[in-house]
Amino acid sequence: MSDERTKSRAAGGPTSTTFTRALGLATLIGLIWFVAFGLFFSPDDEVQGKGVRILYIHVPTAWLAYLAFVVTAVASAAYVWKRTRSLTWDRIAGASAEVGVLFMGITLLTGSLWGRLSWGTYWVWDSRVTTTTFLFITYVGYLAVRNLGGSHHQRAKRSAIIALLAVLEIPLVHFSVTWWRPLHQGESVASGKLSGLMLFSFFIGMIVFTMLYVWLVLHRQRVLAMEDALDDRGLEDALAARRSEAVDAGATR
Amino acid sequence: MQTTFVAICYIATFGGIGLLTAAMMRRARRLADKVPPEDRPWI
Repeated sequence: MSDERTKSRAAGGPTSTTFTRALGLATLIGLIWFVAFGLFFSPDDEVQGKGVRILYIHVPTAWLAYLAFVVTAVASAAYVWKRTRSLTWDRIAGASAEVGVLFMGITLLTGSLWGRLSWGTYWVWDSRVTTTTFLFITYVGYLAVRNLGGSHHQRAKRSAIIALLAVLEIPLVHFSVTWWRPLHQGESVASGKLSGLMLFSFFIGMIVFTMLYVWLVLHRQRVLAMEDALDDRGLEDALAARRSEAVDAGATR
Repeated sequence: MQTTFVAICYIATFGGIGLLTAAMMRRARRLADKVPPEDRPWI
């Protein structure tokens, strides 16, 4: 094992910095707190019983998925705008979308299980559930489009356009509970339905999942930067090999 | 039934996040062997 690799392992990985290490440690401690409060310290709900504990994951992951997709759109806009055009923005957009898809998948899974407990069914064609699934599929498609090939700037341009269009779905998902009055409940926190330790557990979830999101995006965009750098080096090596072949062919004629 | 469903939610959530993190770190270590330090401005 090389010295550099040993050093990076000892330091916490090749994409780590002092900031990400501190953030990672704080997130890990926060997650332990979150599980302790979410599963043990917070009381059961009068109506939903233990099922309310799913809310502490379901709502923060849904909000984080929204945030992730908004960050993807903002980073895409920064790439599209000529003054700030940089592939770093594109990589932030891609990293944020990947983490957003993970969180949205968790939201759908926990929602389905919570629905089985509350409504007696895993799935219902309710406006909130349907629009959320549509949003999830849209961003899975966005990630697929990012992997279509071409140069880094071609990838960045086409995915930026999709990201700027896809983000328009978020208001549709969020306000679907107001516009169509579906089976899915409306706002639980803003309406004051949570209080005491239940509200505290919920806020721990919001803070910890936000920290986790930042940590994941920072690392993921650095991995994407290394993938891009490796692609560029591969292309440069291939071009150098072709030039060398052409020179050799010319010399033998 | 409620306890089982709550447990599945927590295990699936943290299991999913753990798997993504492990895959990302593994990929980062593999790439770091091939990408020179000048292409890694954060180090």
